[in-house]
Amino acid sequence: MSTVAGEMDHHDHHHHAPSGITRWLFTTNHKDIGSMYLWFSFIMFLVGGSMAMVIRAELFQPGLQLVDPHFFNQMTTVHGLIMVFGAVMPAFTGLANWMVPMMIGAPDMALPRMNNWSFWILPFAFAILLASLFMEGGGPAFGWTFYAPLSTTYSSDSTALFVFSVHIMGISSIMGAINVIVTIMNMRAPGMTYMKMPLFVWTWFITAFLLIAVMPVLAGAVTMVLTDKYFGTSFFDAAGGGDPVLFQHIFWFFGHPEVYIMILPSFGIISAIIPAFSRKKLFGYSSMVYATAAIAGLSFIVWAHHMFTTGMPVAAEIFFMYATMLISVPTGVKVFNWVATMWRGSISFETPMLFALAFVILFTIGGFSGLMLAITPVDFQYHDTYFVVAHFHYVLVSGAIFSIMAAAYYWLPKWTGYMYDETLAKWHFWCSLISVNVLFFPMHFAGLAGMPRRIPDYSLQFADINQIVSIGGFAFGLSQLIFLWVVIKCVRGGEKAPAKPWEGAEGLEWTVPSPAPYHTFETPPEVK
Amino acid sequence: MAQQHEKYYVPASSPWPIVGAIGLGLIAFGAGHTVIDMKNEAADGWGSNVLFGGIAVMIVMLFGWFRDQINESMSGLYSNQLGHSYRQGMSWFIFSEIMFFAAFFGALFYARVIAVEWLGGASNNAMTNEVLWPGFEAHWPLTQTPGGTESGAMGWMGLPLYNTIILIVSSVTCHFAHVGLEKNNRKQLTVWLGITIILGCIFLYLQGAEYVHAYEELGLTLDSGIYGNTFYMLTGFHGMHVTLGTLMLIIMFLRVIKGHFTPDNHFAFQATSWYWHFVDVVWVCLFIFVYVL
Repeated sequence: MSTVAGEMDHHDHHHHAPSGITRWLFTTNHKDIGSMYLWFSFIMFLVGGSMAMVIRAELFQPGLQLVDPHFFNQMTTVHGLIMVFGAVMPAFTGLANWMVPMMIGAPDMALPRMNNWSFWILPFAFAILLASLFMEGGGPAFGWTFYAPLSTTYSSDSTALFVFSVHIMGISSIMGAINVIVTIMNMRAPGMTYMKMPLFVWTWFITAFLLIAVMPVLAGAVTMVLTDKYFGTSFFDAAGGGDPVLFQHIFWFFGHPEVYIMILPSFGIISAIIPAFSRKKLFGYSSMVYATAAIAGLSFIVWAHHMFTTGMPVAAEIFFMYATMLISVPTGVKVFNWVATMWRGSISFETPMLFALAFVILFTIGGFSGLMLAITPVDFQYHDTYFVVAHFHYVLVSGAIFSIMAAAYYWLPKWTGYMYDETLAKWHFWCSLISVNVLFFPMHFAGLAGMPRRIPDYSLQFADINQIVSIGGFAFGLSQLIFLWVVIKCVRGGEKAPAKPWEGAEGLEWTVPSPAPYHTFETPPEVK
Repeated sequence: MAQQHEKYYVPASSPWPIVGAIGLGLIAFGAGHTVIDMKNEAADGWGSNVLFGGIAVMIVMLFGWFRDQINESMSGLYSNQLGHSYRQGMSWFIFSEIMFFAAFFGALFYARVIAVEWLGGASNNAMTNEVLWPGFEAHWPLTQTPGGTESGAMGWMGLPLYNTIILIVSSVTCHFAHVGLEKNNRKQLTVWLGITIILGCIFLYLQGAEYVHAYEELGLTLDSGIYGNTFYMLTGFHGMHVTLGTLMLIIMFLRVIKGHFTPDNHFAFQATSWYWHFVDVVWVCLFIFVYVL
């Protein structure tokens, strides 16, 4: 590690962070761009979250009280789009921007200008999407999955804006992913072989591959929606020889790898945090790598498990059922490895570890309900009910979002140079943990009892459950404001953070001071 | 990984990415409103004005960004490692393009093998045919849709075959030009690159002629059912890629005339050449699956 100390001297005559607004507009610095991604993602998280609050307020009581059904549909749609493309994906890209170059000992991302372009496309894309809500006839109201013919025959005029905003979001994601994958392939410090890379780098490597492979397929799907709606094609119209089910095939060929895009980086984060706070090496490093690759590979051959009720031939249903169940093998490997890492470790429970532990348990619950949904005959019962909503919120909120929270607490000292307020952070954790379960666990029962998703009203027997769920929802929403408070407080000051604030943490990012200097590793470190 | 002690060039800052983001934002917003206006026949034109404004901003951005990069490259700021980054970046970009075409090929295969057959009563869909689309018989090319729209079908002899030969030959001439560059034979480079550009233009002209033939003589239009849809979307997107590729080749030609590129520093040329081979391979797949089979 002596090389690192040498490198710091080298920095003194180097330019420091430029100031003013142009720093952020023109920057090519991976740390600046990472911060912008993370802030953007958090703003979108609050915007998408307030839409969820509208949904939960309407569903607090049976009957129609607050919003009309068309607006309710716009809320469910845009909530989903914003959370997937505006909150979770940019948060991971932001983390990759900040951490990947530091973890592999690179001076920056491989293509720094394109990096900035990838980021700055996003505010424009989401401005267009959000603006479409205010158009005559309303914004997108067909669900984030925009199934044809809802998005073609029955959609509002503004659909073209939805299509083009998804196009530029896709361009942003593809460029971001190309940047990450090229950085990992080409910018590793001498000695940093593939099998020495931290798992966050490995999981992002595979995620970037998935992104490059499937975002263009999404672009194809929205293009066909555009031409079907506006230019008279009939890709999804039986009268012209097409098929609405074709839409679902194309969409889910993108959509299933997409859900792993939103969870593989989480696996990397958890695989960094659990060893750090268990003060042990990660159990089964190479099996973690192979399991990630296996999950990514399988994600391409399971898409039709979202479509069991479309009337596919039985042979296809059986194939997709078994292929889906296979995914639980590599996923199980991961969960067992995390547990084995903690086994006989000397564990301490700082906030990142608390979120990581909650992740392991709650993500596994989401995985199990996924396994239930994978069983074709029972999926006929669960399909399009609140059981599905419960399932994917367990993996996305208490999975992906919790891992992002864990990552934020874990690396905040490195980013800001200050320790965050541990008491407030623990408040954030416990409030989130309790409310997230009050919010999503009862949805399982509502769904099993037959409550359909995406409907603004429900039968009276679901009233109690929905009231509990809504209370959990409001509590979860408010709890996130504590997080905002903690982050702002930490950015503004606090106890000074040492280079390595976590006793058991490993990796090159802890060899540089906190806050990490504007430029790191301009001379690559030697990795033994 | 090999030891690399050359400094990796990290540009200090650049206005072009944010200009590009504004351009793309204007294009998306303008294109959306243009399409909506077309549908509503309420063409007061501001949507298309925004769209063209966005395109103008993008063109300014491309000139500015590439000028900076060319200057950096010519002044020797780029290391081998950066060259690797660019080459890998281009390879992944082409992979993403392949996946974009894959979506449309997937639609073609699904329509042909599954959707049309099922509408005709195949598998367990006898009642679909009997009740919903009585009298419809599955056939491909789908010259009569279940809804009753009729059109001709495009054969593969004639123009499409000539175009296939032209594009394959252009791939070979592009390679000759590349070999010329690597051997530092500027004359070979210039001549073969020029021939490649001419072949690309001929391809585009013939493709246009084929569309005119399809629209006016065959009655095959974008809205004449899934056969016309897949035909125009696949060949149309391919044509757009050939147009872009030809523009890139022309820019390379101008740079070659200005004396740019050396046998071991010519990423832009190599990327263009890869792109050209990629559109060629896509065309061969198109020719087989859209025209011949």
